[in-house]
Amino acid sequence: MSALLDKIWDEHLVVREAVRPDLLYVDRHLIHEVTSAQAFDGLRSAGRSVRRPDLTFATMDHVAPTDTNRCRPLQDPIAEAQLDALERNCRDFGIELLHMGHPNQGVIHVVAPELGLILPGSTVLCGDSHTSTHGAFGALAFGIGTSEVEHVLATQCIPQAKPKTLAVRVRGTLGSGVASKDLALAIIGRLGAGGGNGHLIEYIGETISGLSMEQRMTLCNMSVECGAKAGLIAPDETTFAYLKGRRYAPQGADFDRAVDYWRTLYSNSDAAYDRELVVDASGLAPHVTWGASPAQVTEIDAAVPDPESLTHEEEREAAVRALEYMGLQPGTPMRDIPVDYVFIGSCTNGRLSDLREAAGIARNRKVARGVTALVVPGSGPVKAQAEAEGLDRVFLDAGFEWREPGCSMCLGMNPDIVPPGKRCASTSNRNFEDRQGRGSRTHLVSPATAAASAITGRLTDPRELE
Amino acid sequence: MEKFKEFKGLVATLDMSNVDTDQIVPKQFLKLIHRTDFGKYLFYHHRYTEDGGPNPDFVLHQPRFNGATILLTRENFGCGSSREHAPWALRDYGFRVLIAPSFADIFKTNCFKTGILPVELDGDTVEQWFKRVDAIPGYEITVDLVNQTLTGIDGFSSSFEVDRFLKHCLVEGLDQISLSLEHEAAIEAYEQTHREPWQASITAPDVGRLQ
Ligand code: SF4
Repeated sequence: MSALLDKIWDEHLVVREAVRPDLLYVDRHLIHEVTSAQAFDGLRSAGRSVRRPDLTFATMDHVAPTDTNRCRPLQDPIAEAQLDALERNCRDFGIELLHMGHPNQGVIHVVAPELGLILPGSTVLCGDSHTSTHGAFGALAFGIGTSEVEHVLATQCIPQAKPKTLAVRVRGTLGSGVASKDLALAIIGRLGAGGGNGHLIEYIGETISGLSMEQRMTLCNMSVECGAKAGLIAPDETTFAYLKGRRYAPQGADFDRAVDYWRTLYSNSDAAYDRELVVDASGLAPHVTWGASPAQVTEIDAAVPDPESLTHEEEREAAVRALEYMGLQPGTPMRDIPVDYVFIGSCTNGRLSDLREAAGIARNRKVARGVTALVVPGSGPVKAQAEAEGLDRVFLDAGFEWREPGCSMCLGMNPDIVPPGKRCASTSNRNFEDRQGRGSRTHLVSPATAAASAITGRLTDPRELE
Repeated sequence: MEKFKEFKGLVATLDMSNVDTDQIVPKQFLKLIHRTDFGKYLFYHHRYTEDGGPNPDFVLHQPRFNGATILLTRENFGCGSSREHAPWALRDYGFRVLIAPSFADIFKTNCFKTGILPVELDGDTVEQWFKRVDAIPGYEITVDLVNQTLTGIDGFSSSFEVDRFLKHCLVEGLDQISLSLEHEAAIEAYEQTHREPWQASITAPDVGRLQ
């Protein structure tokens, strides 16, 4: 009656003792500039080394500028020092690093899967909460803090208590113009911002099997936004087909052997979960957030809710505060809300299929006057492929900016910032206060909704423009 | 790490739920590559106005919370980004104990690693503490980690649950890396017996073979 989580867990168990949490082996340790410097310092001052540099992989993403003329040293000396530290640390300890100018560089959670670094049944850690993305491959993948990064560097292991499990069973087919981002937002809306705390979410059901790898990554990426430790989807033929021939995936006969093993990685039908949520995907409309938490979300056809209509006092207070921050009045139709900025990119929606969807809307149309719209490919290969398909032309002709890979406007740690009081339709994952820049107002949406909103200059149902 | 057995301190309240780590330490300070002195950036956008002056309305600026070392707050504190800078800032500012109905998972782990005790209590009990701290200026709580109790200066008290191992690490001031390295032989043995192609190295010698 094993659940998938138990199978992966048991396979990675190094030590089990009564008094301590299990010690698990880590197959892949991903690092980036923001959460690693202090960990390397800790290693050095304790006289320790990196146990398995050959299982560690680094990229530059958060502070990398995305303008086409970007070069080192960065104009921001503090950001430059951070990239410099990452370079030094990777060099000193023998870790492979994708530099800012490397053709494969990009957002860590876009880069790692596309290079075949993420394999079913493996354990994947990164000092970054959206490590949950990689659960899409049937890997146990979650974010850790900097002290834990140091721990993994030193031991290639992580002490861990097994999370509880929450099965999200999805039925029905997503309608046309409705993305897995919308499904993710709908699920977070139901569970609440802390509804997944302490749990790993396993997504199951026929709808999930029908999703592409990129759609699965979007869903697992957003799992952390309801507090879940990780998202997880059992690997299947879609997963194996995606991995075949990727640079770091097993090759040839090794690949076939790996697939034989990967086929054993699923939750048995009698596996027990601590909780279960059933969602019907067939009736879902595009979703858009109205507040300052991803759980403050509604359908594009709906209106800004009246805080008084909410059940719990804490929810009401949070809604009042959020509406004040967002500059919104209860009852305003979501589609009447004008936008100043549009951001298409991030580890949630910066992959090729996301750009294709957005381009489908943007083709032969123009960005509304007064709207600044950015398209930021999640990685070098995404950018190259999009350009091979002519998507860059579609965006540029429509008046979007076409950028170099990086985290960009997802978090405003680089020059791409939403100014105070300005409103942005964004395909990223967090609409927290000040996230995209101090005083920025974020509405989380799918790539199609973002593109449609850029064209009309207000939050727009992409199905209107299809 | 410093041992944490018993601690008495002034309590400040932050009456907000879902306080995310972007609010605890805004991202512009994540570019720094040291781990000290983050206290000055704590709740930066709340504490300071846009021109950099102190915001007198922010709750931690109330004189009665001056020198507070225990923070009482609401559910899902520390959600969002995994940045350990958040507990670093709380600790450097002076907080040793956080009390809330719930904390986000990664944040909670990060607190223990930083020598901060996150105490989870049910919502009603948290409300009781809020009432007392609001009513009695200078309200202090004694946190007894060994016996897992909180006791206020008016005698109000509640007990709390805490993971046995994490408690042990805090009480004894243990470094978890050293603990794990005690198992070096087991780690070695695991590596020897897990050499399938899907567990292979990601760097040399096969780097670039498909490029
Ligand atoms: S794109 Fe955004 S969420 Fe993803 S890793 Fe970068 S900053 Fe984090």
